Amino acid sequence: MKGVLATDRRGMRELGAEEMVGWDEVTQGVVLPSFDQAIGNAAFLKPEERPYSDFSSYTATVASWRVIRPVYNRDICIDCQNCWVWCPDASIISRDKQMLGIDYDHCKGCGVCVEVCPTNPKSLLMFAETETIEEALAKWPEKKKKEK
Amino acid sequence: MAITSIKNLKEFSTNNERLEGAHLLCPGCAHSMIVRELLNCTDDNLVIATNTGCLEVSTAVYPYTSWDTSWIHIGFENAATAAAGAEAMYKARKRKGTLKDPDAPVKFVAFGGDGSTYDIGFQWISGAIERGHDFTYICLDNENYANTGGQRSSSTPVGAHTSTAQAGRVSYGKKQKKKDIVAIMAAHGAPYVAQLAPNKWKIMAKGFQKALETEGPCFINTVSACTTEWKFNPKDTINIIDLATDSLMFPIYEIINGRELNILYRPKTVVPVEEYLAAQGRYKHLFKPENRHVIDAIQKDINEKWEYLQRREEAKV
Repeated sequence: MKGVLATDRRGMRELGAEEMVGWDEVTQGVVLPSFDQAIGNAAFLKPEERPYSDFSSYTATVASWRVIRPVYNRDICIDCQNCWVWCPDASIISRDKQMLGIDYDHCKGCGVCVEVCPTNPKSLLMFAETETIEEALAKWPEKKKKEK
Repeated sequence: MAITSIKNLKEFSTNNERLEGAHLLCPGCAHSMIVRELLNCTDDNLVIATNTGCLEVSTAVYPYTSWDTSWIHIGFENAATAAAGAEAMYKARKRKGTLKDPDAPVKFVAFGGDGSTYDIGFQWISGAIERGHDFTYICLDNENYANTGGQRSSSTPVGAHTSTAQAGRVSYGKKQKKKDIVAIMAAHGAPYVAQLAPNKWKIMAKGFQKALETEGPCFINTVSACTTEWKFNPKDTINIIDLATDSLMFPIYEIINGRELNILYRPKTVVPVEEYLAAQGRYKHLFKPENRHVIDAIQKDINEKWEYLQRREEAKV
């Protein structure tokens, strides 16, 4: 996973955790640049190549929203990318038509990815936040037989 | 125009995200699914204007922004106006030759919720479409003012419980019918008007690409299931939208030049609307015996609308 998630500042700050200024102290008409330098069209740069600024929510985290989280099992995955297209939080990391894993800094634990996973057994399952990924993978269910 | 491939999901997934995570939309919100799909279906530069609403307050929480494209936030009614203004300025500067990169393709998109599209911004969208600006307006229709606590909007369907159209001993929720925004926008003679849903990702991506390619004002109404106000489990977002399209509560169709109507998705087996209603907490009261007539009325309405759409498609007028 390393090298895919850019900027070392990533996930260090929590939204709302720092001191906020009052409504009458906020500058009116604000321009927030997402990047530290002009990069032209972001569509041609992979996230790990972009110079994100502190204003981009890419550098922030919402991990504390979750109580359950999806765990990804590479052995069963067929790279259909259903989870990628329907993830509301852009938290499924896919590169070169391959699903690489879940971005736990941005995942809110909604479970949509598990619902749309077509494999048997599912290659994404929800587990409690307290369980480690190894524990979760050890508990993975067997293939279900078709009911006749 | 640089269109990205939507032949299959694997190819679609090679696009680089332009909406960042850690926005503050509810878990399982369909808004960001729709926005991500629009941003991924083209490689062009985008200028996006957004009305006040869930999408705006959650993706631009000062001092953060989740957008990697040019993005303007403007008042509750003005997304269409802002996009139209930006487009007019772009054209003028292109004519005067003051653009840095005049050949770079630029598309103008406006996002609004149903509150700002059906009610508050209605007049301004109508104006922008009439003036014929080259932009695409996308309505994220979640059938209530979800950002402010779920008040009724003119998009709320009959029988739904909202915080200002409550169900109880006296009332069964909202009594008025939902406004047919697609027909209204098509009546302007807009070159491309459609109703799409995120569960059919390919149909939706095709519709978005068609709207971006089409010169002139385009309007797209998209179904965006709201976990908080429709009252269902966040993981079921796609299942609920599946039920909505399969029960024909939200038929998926397009209208070209205000005349030619094409139905884009026909469910293999039409689900009775009861299943769609039963899946959501906001319709719970309709299953009391004294409210059965409302469900029957909704079903009758849907059948009539579907009949109308089919006949119009056949007639090609």
